[in-house]
Amino acid sequence: MALQENLTAPNYEPHIQEERFLQGVKSCIPTLLGYLSIGFAAGVVEKTAGLSIAEILLMSVLIYAGSAQFIAAGMLAASGSPAAIVLTIFFVNLRHLLLSAALSPYFRLLSPLKNLLVGALLTDETFGVAIHQAAMKHRLSEKWMHGLNLTAYLNWIIANIAGAFLGQWIADPEQLGLDFALPAMFIGLLVLQLISRRKLKADLLVVLCSICLVVALSYLTSSSITIILATIAASTLGMAVSRWK
Amino acid sequence: MEIRWDVFLMIVGASIVTLIPRVLPLVLLSRIQIPEWGMRWLNFVPVAVMAALIGQELLVQDGKLSLGVEVIAALPAFAASVLTRSLLATVIVGMLAMMALRFFW
Repeated sequence: MALQENLTAPNYEPHIQEERFLQGVKSCIPTLLGYLSIGFAAGVVEKTAGLSIAEILLMSVLIYAGSAQFIAAGMLAASGSPAAIVLTIFFVNLRHLLLSAALSPYFRLLSPLKNLLVGALLTDETFGVAIHQAAMKHRLSEKWMHGLNLTAYLNWIIANIAGAFLGQWIADPEQLGLDFALPAMFIGLLVLQLISRRKLKADLLVVLCSICLVVALSYLTSSSITIILATIAASTLGMAVSRWK
Repeated sequence: MEIRWDVFLMIVGASIVTLIPRVLPLVLLSRIQIPEWGMRWLNFVPVAVMAALIGQELLVQDGKLSLGVEVIAALPAFAASVLTRSLLATVIVGMLAMMALRFFW
């Protein structure tokens, strides 16, 4: 009996962990098509901006941010300086501060290094999937996050390179609706959150406030600052409204 | 197949400025106790940021309000997400709607 326990015990833990990792991989699958089309489109744009395949590979491996890579390609094509490109990308990706902060309560027990690994591959899409999972299960597992993150990461790199190679035969990616994959994915992520959170009244108020602010602020400042300001203001409204209840 | 020096510098710089906002709050905030109001505030961030991104994608072009085919294509995508509750179905319906709109417009 004791012998049997000794034999089975070491296998038990890795099995559970592996399953969690695979569940993360599975949770990522619905986003793959969106990633593929956006990554593909980014690859096409990067290639037409004059970047080599090696440079595109380096970009998708190191930067791993759709908006940032589109900006880099666009500014390189317009012969922008590296410093100006880096600064623009910094502002556009500042919104990840908020996403990373929103995930932090779920990983309080992890060491700083493990938190760093969880956050390093954070994107709008993986965040959307993770926060949906958190709303349903009230917790997040580290292995599950790695499964989700690594699947999205590899898929992004492959899509980017495929876009770079095949881009020369696609005259107009917009004609195929490829550019709409990104907004469609954001719509899906938002609706799934609204359904699972069951705070529809407060949430709809926040959504409405955020959208109106984005439109109004876009007349005054750059698009990335707009996103950050609208998010901060709308979240504050949500916080205030939920206190009154 | 070469990597130019200035492009390399740009990529390394961009990778640093994209990494910092992703990891800094997770590394710092996970070590301290966030007050109740802070948690409630963070709770609304996901909804607010997705709505902001959608608003910008659909309604804003060149820093101005602009109502184009994107708004129309968003309707079937929205309906698909409510009905199917599937991310994949939402993306496919959205892309097909956009393709059809661009074809017939």
